Amino acid sequence: MNLLKIRDLNLSISGIPILKDVSIDIAQGQIMAVTGESGSGKSMTALSVMQLLPKGSTVSGDIQLNGIALLPLTEQDMCARRGKDIGMVFQEPMTALNPVKTIGAQVMETILIHGKTSREAALTRAKEVLVRVGLPSDQFPLSRYPHELSGGQRQRVVIAMAIALRPRLLIADEPTTALDVTTQAQILDLLKGLVKDDGMGMLMITHDLAVVANLADAICVIRNGEVVESGPTQTVLRERNHPYTQKLFAASRHVVDLPEPQKPAPLLEVFSVIRNYRLPRRKLFTNPGAFRAVNDVSFTIDKGERVGLVGESGCGKSTLTRAILGLEAIQGGSITLDNIPVFTKNKPNLDVRRKMQVVFQDPYGSFNPRHRVERIVTEPFHLWDEAPVGQARNDLVAETLTAVGLSPEDANKYPHQFSGGQRQRIAIARALITRPELILLDEAVSALDVSVRATILDLLADLCRSYGLTYLFISHDLSVVRSITDRVLVMKDGHIVEEGQTEAVFANPKHPYTQSLIDAAPVLTDFATPTR
Amino acid sequence: MAWSAPNLSGMIFYTLKRLISLILSLAIASLVIFAVIEIAPGDPASFMLGVNARPDTLAALQAELGLDVSKSERYVNWVSGMLVGDFGTSYQYRTPVSGMIADRLWVSLPLAIFALLLSTVIAIPAGIFAASRRGGPGDITVMGATQLGVAIPNFWFAMILVLIFAINLQWFRSGGFAGWDEGLWAGLHSLVLPAIALALPQAAILARVMRSALLDVLGEDYMRTARAKGLTQRQALWKHGLRNAMIPVLTILGLQFAFLIAGGIIIEQVFYLPGLGRLIFQSISARDLIVVESIVMLLVFAVILVNFLVDLAYAAVDPRLRLRT
Amino acid sequence: MKHTLILGLLLSAIFVAAAAVSFIWTPFEHTAMNIPAKLQGPNGTHLLGTDHFGRDILSMIMVGARTSIAVALVAVGIGMCLGIPLGLWAAARNGSWMDELIMRSNDLIFAFPSLVIAILITAILGAGAINAIIAIGIFNIPVFARITRGAALSIWEREFILAARVAGKNAVRISIEHIVPNILNLLIVQGTIQFSLGILAEAGLSYVGLGAQPPTPSWGRMLADAQTMVSIAPHMALVPGFAIIFTVLGLNLMGDGLRDYFDPKLRVSRV
Repeated sequence: MNLLKIRDLNLSISGIPILKDVSIDIAQGQIMAVTGESGSGKSMTALSVMQLLPKGSTVSGDIQLNGIALLPLTEQDMCARRGKDIGMVFQEPMTALNPVKTIGAQVMETILIHGKTSREAALTRAKEVLVRVGLPSDQFPLSRYPHELSGGQRQRVVIAMAIALRPRLLIADEPTTALDVTTQAQILDLLKGLVKDDGMGMLMITHDLAVVANLADAICVIRNGEVVESGPTQTVLRERNHPYTQKLFAASRHVVDLPEPQKPAPLLEVFSVIRNYRLPRRKLFTNPGAFRAVNDVSFTIDKGERVGLVGESGCGKSTLTRAILGLEAIQGGSITLDNIPVFTKNKPNLDVRRKMQVVFQDPYGSFNPRHRVERIVTEPFHLWDEAPVGQARNDLVAETLTAVGLSPEDANKYPHQFSGGQRQRIAIARALITRPELILLDEAVSALDVSVRATILDLLADLCRSYGLTYLFISHDLSVVRSITDRVLVMKDGHIVEEGQTEAVFANPKHPYTQSLIDAAPVLTDFATPTR
Repeated sequence: MAWSAPNLSGMIFYTLKRLISLILSLAIASLVIFAVIEIAPGDPASFMLGVNARPDTLAALQAELGLDVSKSERYVNWVSGMLVGDFGTSYQYRTPVSGMIADRLWVSLPLAIFALLLSTVIAIPAGIFAASRRGGPGDITVMGATQLGVAIPNFWFAMILVLIFAINLQWFRSGGFAGWDEGLWAGLHSLVLPAIALALPQAAILARVMRSALLDVLGEDYMRTARAKGLTQRQALWKHGLRNAMIPVLTILGLQFAFLIAGGIIIEQVFYLPGLGRLIFQSISARDLIVVESIVMLLVFAVILVNFLVDLAYAAVDPRLRLRT
Repeated sequence: MKHTLILGLLLSAIFVAAAAVSFIWTPFEHTAMNIPAKLQGPNGTHLLGTDHFGRDILSMIMVGARTSIAVALVAVGIGMCLGIPLGLWAAARNGSWMDELIMRSNDLIFAFPSLVIAILITAILGAGAINAIIAIGIFNIPVFARITRGAALSIWEREFILAARVAGKNAVRISIEHIVPNILNLLIVQGTIQFSLGILAEAGLSYVGLGAQPPTPSWGRMLADAQTMVSIAPHMALVPGFAIIFTVLGLNLMGDGLRDYFDPKLRVSRV
């Protein structure tokens, strides 16, 4: 008998249909991945099982856990099962824990809330389960508060809370999306081990096909609330019967067709850059000291080159980006573009800035919501002493919007009228309008769905060809960097630890950190031609 | 709950920082008050003796009142005197200001505390009730009542209370203060109506803040985590929501104290209570500026002190503050 | 909650209309005493009755609305004109000594409730409507500075600000072009709330004699006059009281309605 059996699940929220006839089966000890792009309804499937749906939801169909139908249960009965029979892990470890309670108290709560356990027994079990998730109490006392832990450690606490009572089903909703690759690999290993050791079933929600391929026994591809294909992972990924699966698979493995690099001539020169931050004073009478976010970093980018800067969060890549843009002063070294420093005498050098623009990560936060597209994309004109006016200006806006795949009429719309991918096109248009030589792409495709990401990467390659652009691609995502760069810089703790031609570095990493990064990154192999 | 060692030192550091800021605020506030009173036209001594005073009598009085020294010296004398409880001599009554204030404080302080307790006791449950029944008839009723409560001037409400409970029903006296000598109950009894008048509008504000703070917290991720553990909506609210919601509520409680102090001054007028409020108005009309100066300083001290305590309470509620600056 | 906004607008409109009409017409001359007709309850001639000097209460209420509006409006104006730039400045220099200085002085002003400020001013200048304006106005400065800084800080975090900085715009320009338009809603809502609080504060100050002085009519002083008469002529207390309540209620409802209309997630502090 199946552990979890979902049959013809239909869900609508405030009358809007979210899920249509979804059927999923999970056996004991099996990992089932539900995958799809944003808005597909995959998270709502998980919340339906938990019956923690938002207000105004109407559900029909059948959800059975160990033969017991969950939908007819009262709220009280459901409370008795949540945490005990079904555990759940969420996406955002930074906010999933109560900031004012210790981790010990929060893990113990799961045990105590389901009754009949003494505080001592609960404490023992909490310690045990925290050891199990890799937080032994001699290093991580139960009296720690969430803010004293890193994101990965917090996610371990959340997992400990979910498995404290050895539930039969574990639901994990994008459990590693907010984490760095090396942390992701550890958490995925932990989850896999838990399922194997305890014989739990796991329902894993993820957008990342590479994660699925390496982890799940079975897979269920979902689009617009409908299951388009499901079956054993190997079979689904090899046969790819449904066109949508094919599209997702292709987009995940997308390789960009880059134009040949131009004749090498140095454009951006970063030499021995040091960037310090003052630390907040923690103790009286002691020097608070400074944190060296960027430590003696040097590299050169040639004209027309596409360079990747990879590293995990906190490695200093964002700080370096801001220093290159001349937004902040540096404490040592020099940054020059065409031999002119980007920052002189406490002020950014606007002559240099004209040749350099940036595209940010967040397609929703990077525009003033009260400005029209026309005003947004022309903002960099501020850098020019004599910005074009009248028809010349309109022509330039129209030409740029066309270049990024939008229509000139879009100039009069507001950003909220566009989808995430289109917004990223607007952001590229804004970076392109001054015809810069160098564009910094700061996690520019990280927030996008795979299929949209592929089209944006193609667009960047096209623009590189037609405008002779140089790119510095800052990202935590190795597969993206691999697909669009000629050369790659690997950054860790403020240092560049490895530098080289992209393919060479990926094929044969020299530095142990680069090796661990590449090992940790889930890879989607081509199942059609088995490598093993 | 035991704090681990780094937390404790963080707490001490936090407290010291707040303490320094408290002392600085008091120093600046005293300077401001002193400076403002200094600008006030007229010499108190000549005001007291009238225009026809002989120069030597005037000089003698100025010496007696401590007015014959430089301004900076007077400031130092005033502040150092206050530190040991000596607020100077009233120009009007020629008695120590500290004694006058102490007598009045025994009316004003119990009134403020009574009102603060009353408003908290009413507002917190009302806010929780409304938040847990969001959108329901209970919520709408409470919110309507608070909307009205916020709009009612407390001194007018006091007059209406007098009209109903003192004049018509004769349950309370319409004004005056029985004094603590008659026993605790007699004293409290004469503060009941003033405290209600003072507390109700504040309770309305506090209830609204409590409700919205709780509703904000209800949308947090950790509330969903709590539900996924098997807590009911109600359990999640009490065990996880309340303490987090207390952070904004504490802020408002601190700010409200300033309003209670100010409101108390007005309410004392309505009920003819012999508190600081009456003393300050009498002193203004008699141009007894040393009394005005000292009372204002005392009121400001009370507000700053309460906000210091609120800062400490923050750290007790929120462990993150014990680490950060 | 559309009807909240409508009810609020309606009540506020009545109040503003009463003040406006009083410039050209009131039922009686508001200062005209008529001792034989004193202490009348509401009747056909005097719709809201007369006071202890036989003055027409409706006329006094209408003229008193002018005082309330003038004091509250100027006080909110002072608070906005000084508080918003200070808040923007503090946000733009977040974490610097300037930010610290602005916010600490704000905290200090918060320690002086408007009544205490009014007492201090009265000690120097004597009582008057100007006192009330300055006292309430000064107290409004930190309110607007705080709310502006808080809201501006969250806007400064957004990526479009970074984009504007990349486009070479300085903090002043960014504040005007990007910050202010995005926090304007919040400031308008806070403005209506401070306006209603200003009316309450003005009434309180006038009640204790620190506000508008005779012959300028004011709701607070009408209540002070009513206090000794409350047992024989309760309408003298009830009428100005209800005038204050309805006006403040109207403005608050308008504020709430506007907030919901602009953005359900808007954060407004009601202190």
